[in-house]
Amino acid sequence: MALPPLDSPQWQSPWRAFAWGLRSITQTILTIVLFVTYLGIGALAHDTHFSLLWALCSTLFVWAGPAQIILITTLGSGATIIQSAIAVTVSAIRLFPMVVSVLPLMRTPTTKRRELVFAAHLTAVTLWVECHRFLPLVPRERRIAFVHGLGCGLVSVCLVANTVGYFLAANLTQTLGAAILLLTPLSFLFSTARNSREVADVVALTLGILLYPLAAKMNSGLDILVSGVAAGTIAYGVHWWREVRA
Amino acid sequence: MSFAQAIGDWHALVVLFVAGVVPNQIWRMLGLWFGGGIDEGSELLVWVRAVATAILAGVIAQIVVEPPGALASVPDVLRYGAVGAGLIVFLLTRRSIFAGVVTGEVFMLAGKWWLG
Repeated sequence: MALPPLDSPQWQSPWRAFAWGLRSITQTILTIVLFVTYLGIGALAHDTHFSLLWALCSTLFVWAGPAQIILITTLGSGATIIQSAIAVTVSAIRLFPMVVSVLPLMRTPTTKRRELVFAAHLTAVTLWVECHRFLPLVPRERRIAFVHGLGCGLVSVCLVANTVGYFLAANLTQTLGAAILLLTPLSFLFSTARNSREVADVVALTLGILLYPLAAKMNSGLDILVSGVAAGTIAYGVHWWREVRA
Repeated sequence: MSFAQAIGDWHALVVLFVAGVVPNQIWRMLGLWFGGGIDEGSELLVWVRAVATAILAGVIAQIVVEPPGALASVPDVLRYGAVGAGLIVFLLTRRSIFAGVVTGEVFMLAGKWWLG
């Protein structure tokens, strides 16, 4: 599937643009990565005793895989609501620069802020990557409709994946249930590693994994936050040191 | 699974809203509001990104070290081995997410089958 040329009459209707966005989910390997990840999140929600509705609502209204996993695992391991909320809030800060960088791609001089609210909600790492890839091929005045289509398509795929994962975890043998749960750490590790372009990202990822077992020994209930802030700050120090030396 | 089980209790949905929805939407709406006024390369954002990545790394480690549900039935050596084997193949295949995930899964399943 190739998108129509920028001057094609196909782009005259916003609904057609929405449909092109929807169809574009078939054009990226990231859709499969998302499906696998949300299969794992569905299974994780089941095994941590959350309801199916809860899992689906988290996908619809949170729409950030890492945040959903942090929420499920922290609440599941006995953290308080406040502790979970802090860990999720910190992990979600990166949505801020993402939204800031992606919205100008679809704004026109006459665009009102409220027209961008839904696009801002749909913004997460996959959409952010795909916007940078697809939007140059879409006429500017149809980009919001296109992004709505793309985002709705990705959310739908993930809702289906959640449901499938939830029921598979409930009904499969223990070994296959374990295999689905293992998808989450594997897909997150590799997709984060692939997005790591700078040394600071690599150090943060590696140290974050290595420091967690140490932080867990302290049993503070804030293990992930402790190891995360420590590893992230060291990674930032490495970045700063390289900048100063350069 | 009954209808009531699929819905779950309302308390859990309130927790989802407070600890999940609000912490995420705050940042998106701030991005919408202040869009344009922030430098993506600023030092503060580099630090924030590093901490966010490290928190995610901690979550990955937590699932492997203190496995939830059915994953707890897999012996330690197989869980760590699966991640290690997947990582090696991921790096050898010039960062193929797909190859890494499949290798990790195959390692774990083969190990379980072999151990009986």
